[in-house]
Amino acid sequence: MKRVGRYVIFYGGLFGLWTLLAELKIWPPYLFPTPWGVGEALYAGFQDHSFWIAIAVSMRRVLIGYGISVVLGMILGLGVASNKFLEETVGGLLVSLQSLPSICWWPLALLWFGLNQNAILFVVVMGSLLSVTIAMEDGRKQMPKIYSMAGRNLGASGFQLFWHVLLPASLPYIVSGLKQGWAFAWRSLITAEMLYMSLGLGQVLMMGRDLNDMSAVIAVMLLIITIGYIVDGLVFKGIERHLQHKWGLLPAT
Amino acid sequence: MATLPLHPLSTNSIPKVSLQEISLSYKTSSGQRLLALDHIDLKVNPGEFVCIVGPSGCGKSTLLHLIAGLQPPTSGCVLVDDNRVEGPGTDRILIFQDLGLFPWLKVGENVEFGMKMKGMSKAERREKTEYYLRLVHLSQFKDSYTHQLSGGMRQRVALARALATEPDVLLMDEPFAALDAQTRDLLHDELERIWAETGRTIIFVTHNVREAVRLGDRVVLFTFRPGRIKREFLIDLPRPRHLEDATVAQTAGEVLKELREEINRSLEVEYNEGVRPHVEPGAEQ
Repeated sequence: MKRVGRYVIFYGGLFGLWTLLAELKIWPPYLFPTPWGVGEALYAGFQDHSFWIAIAVSMRRVLIGYGISVVLGMILGLGVASNKFLEETVGGLLVSLQSLPSICWWPLALLWFGLNQNAILFVVVMGSLLSVTIAMEDGRKQMPKIYSMAGRNLGASGFQLFWHVLLPASLPYIVSGLKQGWAFAWRSLITAEMLYMSLGLGQVLMMGRDLNDMSAVIAVMLLIITIGYIVDGLVFKGIERHLQHKWGLLPAT
Repeated sequence: MATLPLHPLSTNSIPKVSLQEISLSYKTSSGQRLLALDHIDLKVNPGEFVCIVGPSGCGKSTLLHLIAGLQPPTSGCVLVDDNRVEGPGTDRILIFQDLGLFPWLKVGENVEFGMKMKGMSKAERREKTEYYLRLVHLSQFKDSYTHQLSGGMRQRVALARALATEPDVLLMDEPFAALDAQTRDLLHDELERIWAETGRTIIFVTHNVREAVRLGDRVVLFTFRPGRIKREFLIDLPRPRHLEDATVAQTAGEVLKELREEINRSLEVEYNEGVRPHVEPGAEQ
């Protein structure tokens, strides 16, 4: 209850300040919109379905891109974790590649795939693949060895051992990496969408700029934050809680 | 009590497990080679309950890993029914000191695991899971997660999980070390009963001499590093036995006298080295 109170005070204050600044009309409304203006932009966007379409397009892309990252990252991460040679070579390369902002792949993606959706997907995959891979590798290393020994001892080997023992045993260790991978995927997607007529949220955001419609810009930003938060704070938190409960671990907070 | 190489009841049958000239050495973190096990020769008869005692660092846990096939010996070989052990197999199941129960599976699913890996049908699996859970008195906890159980109950889950694959040989690595005295007494009784009912061969590692004498047909005493067999004691006390039995205590006293020499030696080495150089490979996680 106390926490709710703090939220109300903080966000109420923020909202009040915004309203005050907007009502003082220090800046013209196309530079500093009122909360009502943004509300109207949101309403209009959903009313003419353009926001719904943008959300659907963006979500579809991020799910495909992230899905590819997770599958590839798991294979790569496991390979790197289980082979000394790969660990020293590929592992080192992956860490150094991670310092490259994912949008730097955009020019390359354009030349490889052309100006289309595949180029966007490529950037999303490159943005999240590395964190998933590194998380998987870490998870596999942090996982107590006894589980794999117990699994082999009970007759599991090869794919069975991977699927029934190694993967579930490393899940609590990789879920934070998967979450980070999601965050990167989402950011990379929006960035890439802003650079190309693409129907997604990123493009709607740029459209607001082109039309000098600051209310629409803020409205789309709010949407991007909200969707990111829902997946991050609800979906992944939920998975983490579920795992912690199942494993008998205390919540991290 | 006498010192004999073989169990008198079954001297003429082929041993269930036969360790031939087993040695194991490994590199320590400081780079020197350490001999952990030195020419171990041991024959265990079918249905026999053999306890291995020794000071910590004598390689007794490692020996179980070798029999389980989780790790190869540096030289020598392990034979089970006259077949050379090349890797893990469900005819020998090891119950780890830390159990290694799978926290992501429910109790029943843990017990089912080995059977599932074998490709047994669902109906058969369910039936056997229920049977073995009943055997260890855990039927009601089939759908619990292992972290919801007490230490003694978890221990019994591990026992049921091991028994459910119906191994000929059960390898137990200090399974009751972390339990309170009452729970341990209870589990001793249960293990003895299950052993009698199922006729499994059991190789049981412990540092508790009384426990070894209470449970074993034979107690094998290991020397401190490198692990060698120092002496074997045949325990022909009538069953059921109890930890408090005077005969158990007396026999344990005799074993302990010899063990103490090894413990003193281990303390001396530790004192001279400052610290123990390295844990046994694979003994701890």
